[in-house]
Amino acid sequence: MGIEGIGARVVRKEDKRFITGAGRYVDDMVVPGMKHAAFVRSPHAHAQIKKIDVKKAQAMPGVIGVLTGKELKADGIGNLICGWMIHSKDGSPMKMGGWSPLAVDKVRYVGDAIAIVVAETKGQARDAAEAVEITYKELKAVVDATKALQKGAPQVHAEADDNLIFDWEIGDAKTTDAAIKAAAHVTRMKIVNNRLVPNAMEPRAALGHYDKAEDHFTCWTTSQNPHVARLVMSAFYNVAPENKLRVIAPDVGGGFGSKIYIYPEEIVCLWASKKTGVPVKWVADRTESFLTDAHGRDHVSTVEMAFDKNNKITGFKVDTIANLGAYMSLFSSCVPTYLYATLLSGQYNIPTIHANVRTVYTNTAPVDAYRGAGRPEATYLLERTMETAARELGVSPAELRRTNFITSFPHQTPVIMNYDAGDYGASLDAATKASDYAGFAKRKAAAAKQGKLRGIGMSCYIEACGIAPSAAVGSLGAGVGLWESAEVRVNAVGTIEVLTGSHSHGQGHETTFAQLVTQRFGVPLDSVSIVHGDTDKVQMGMGTYGSRSGAVGMSAIAKALDKVEAKAKKIAAHLLEADEGDIVIENGEVKVAGTDKSLPWFQVALAAYTAHNLPAGMEPGLKETAFYDPANFTFPAGCYICEVEIDPETGTTDIVQFVAADDFGNIINPMIVEGQVHGGIAQGIGQALLEGAHYDASGQLLTASYMDYTMPRADDLPSFKVSTSNTPCPSNPLGIKGCGEAGAIGSPPAVINAITDALGITDIAMPASPSTVWAAIRATKKH
Amino acid sequence: MSDVSFVVNGKRVSGAVEDRTLLVHFLRENLGLTGTHVGCDTSQCGACVVHVDGRAVKSCSMLAVQASGSTVVTIEGLANGADLHPVQAAFKEHHGLQCGFCTPGMIMTATDMIARHPEGLDEATVRAELEGNICRCTGYHNIVKAILAASKTMAKVSKGKVKQAA
Repeated sequence: MGIEGIGARVVRKEDKRFITGAGRYVDDMVVPGMKHAAFVRSPHAHAQIKKIDVKKAQAMPGVIGVLTGKELKADGIGNLICGWMIHSKDGSPMKMGGWSPLAVDKVRYVGDAIAIVVAETKGQARDAAEAVEITYKELKAVVDATKALQKGAPQVHAEADDNLIFDWEIGDAKTTDAAIKAAAHVTRMKIVNNRLVPNAMEPRAALGHYDKAEDHFTCWTTSQNPHVARLVMSAFYNVAPENKLRVIAPDVGGGFGSKIYIYPEEIVCLWASKKTGVPVKWVADRTESFLTDAHGRDHVSTVEMAFDKNNKITGFKVDTIANLGAYMSLFSSCVPTYLYATLLSGQYNIPTIHANVRTVYTNTAPVDAYRGAGRPEATYLLERTMETAARELGVSPAELRRTNFITSFPHQTPVIMNYDAGDYGASLDAATKASDYAGFAKRKAAAAKQGKLRGIGMSCYIEACGIAPSAAVGSLGAGVGLWESAEVRVNAVGTIEVLTGSHSHGQGHETTFAQLVTQRFGVPLDSVSIVHGDTDKVQMGMGTYGSRSGAVGMSAIAKALDKVEAKAKKIAAHLLEADEGDIVIENGEVKVAGTDKSLPWFQVALAAYTAHNLPAGMEPGLKETAFYDPANFTFPAGCYICEVEIDPETGTTDIVQFVAADDFGNIINPMIVEGQVHGGIAQGIGQALLEGAHYDASGQLLTASYMDYTMPRADDLPSFKVSTSNTPCPSNPLGIKGCGEAGAIGSPPAVINAITDALGITDIAMPASPSTVWAAIRATKKH
Repeated sequence: MSDVSFVVNGKRVSGAVEDRTLLVHFLRENLGLTGTHVGCDTSQCGACVVHVDGRAVKSCSMLAVQASGSTVVTIEGLANGADLHPVQAAFKEHHGLQCGFCTPGMIMTATDMIARHPEGLDEATVRAELEGNICRCTGYHNIVKAILAASKTMAKVSKGKVKQAA
């Protein structure tokens, strides 16, 4: 490793602009003639639209246009779709109800967009939005997925009887049932995974600009995947053909999944720009974000885990109801299926697994991938169950896990995944050591003397990242391929631009991707620039989610670097009159091994472009493109240990230590990887202790602001003890597994296991807020 | 409409604003100082923190007309020319930012916090005083580290200055 190459703790190149206020987010963009939009949204969770009267609004000061769904439909703008087909176990396709970007006849959740108002100022647009008169016929709403499945429940979409979108299964029901029947012990639990709001700090925004002369659209948007946005808006929503639509995702202030999807607002802003003849900007306020960003999680499951007399798991059976909200968001169907149930083997040898998943429409915001997406839900089931089983069996939770660890690789699970590498014992050892797991009893006793309840909890997670092998996901219903592309462009002076289809919205790609180039050619980090987030600049891409930018995005760069390196060596061999096989590139020089013959890197680049003296038949230039399609998922894994101290008088939970021991394979920049883990853990602790989206029975979101939805603050969290071990990933050229989601996946069960340990109870609902904990303590006291 | 006038980042500026214009919107829209961000609508997130007459203020909770006549410093005015302010430098050095959206507010809050604690800061104090600034990316771990480091650096600098003066 060099001081700026792979493995170096390099400070970030992109930081300068962010710390000086020079970042450029969508809301910072100004286009000449730009006007401002506000959306008219449904105040009802479920209602028929009887009449929309825009006359009064249209006459308000500054108003340029008020547009509704009827006009949108008349212009041929298509419905929003879910891009992953899932079939029910009876073979029928999922029941996708229509989702018009602007509702025409019916609204299905509070926040459903109905009309757009374009005005001179944001204030005027909002004033006029309030003046749009809509007559509704209110309908009964349903917000709870279990209730929505009951006969006679309000019907959200005509297409889905009993609100059932699909009834899907994976694994072997027969052998799993038999294992449970024959078991020496069965641990049974009902487990709820609470609904969350992703809450990237930058609210969603869109700026649509239609250029009449060119018949061309530009959309600046808060996207994790601008190329996918362009593809979907072109192919399905009929906004414009791809060659007439440029999507730019500039600096984006966090995503966590919520900015993967193409929402109604960007479609409508583009369309409205053409209709009104002005560039149209919309920026969500926070309450709009709470109401309309895709939410995460919201599962209710029952599980049965069977053990033999040696405490080996013999089978695992899961039944899950997943709430998908009012409409099927872009990847909503794959989250509670292939991103979830395929991880139900965890780190364990489980001979047979069966999972049944029913997904359900309700009158709530659409639910889709949120950091971890399916894998936190799977991990939560497994790790809550393992901890409970250990207590029931009277064995140490650490030992029960160790007894069941997978120890040889590759390992084929009963639920599709083929784990390629890992050392789960090493993570467990590292975490138990760092947390002084063995010394816990002493600390518990000391806390008890102070009148405090101490508990310790563990979680051994595995996730499937590096999403994803295209043919494999295609066979499972994905509508897109999940490769990544890169172009490495060496300029004539030797500086290098890397154009990547990945998108950085906090992950530090401008630094880590450049480190890869520095490692390869020995050129200074400063001479490497990373270009991303613009469909006009970057050839193609699938974006950033599913911890894929390292394993897939950087592998594409590595492939392009291979091609550049090969050509540079050919040129150098020709110029130095040496054998191509003897050329080495290091420290910014191209050398003939074992001689003093060398050329500076830039001279090779220059030679490629002057083309005065190239090998016969060689094309000028030094610029290569590569697509990388992963051969397998990657499997980061680790062990998290949480220790809590609870004040029984107030129910307040204090996290006294949190230890994370992760195996991410090879690491490019440890500083950035640690940062990803910290952030993920904070979100996981947030889910376990603080966060929860709550709707009342009529479908009003009660937690629609930071006054009501508890975001983790600095004083809710401890400093974290993080470490990594390394079993390199064998399926990609860099040996990378990915680190973006681990923290959010591994931490919730560790926290809840610690709290239930402290209180001596089996389960407690997330978020385990002080009032919930206080009530649980009171419930355990015998009166 | 009302006339307002301020000193912003050392420059005298004035303008006419709708009475309901918030300070943050005046800074962003009238002056083009887009480093100050809006992350919520309930004065919770702190992405909009600036300094008004030397005190950290959430610029979404103040009307532009209320701030008229004040001296305002935004994130764009914190560095001394090309030299980063020690808090900015510490955020970079300790990876105290990821997506960068909360960062300007965090840095402005931290600068104010350090100034109010010339005796120095400990982790518990920093965490408690960050209550009004929300970050979704970092888990605060490295933000806390950066603020503690900057606090030490600035204490050294001010000690040096005291010595020089003596």
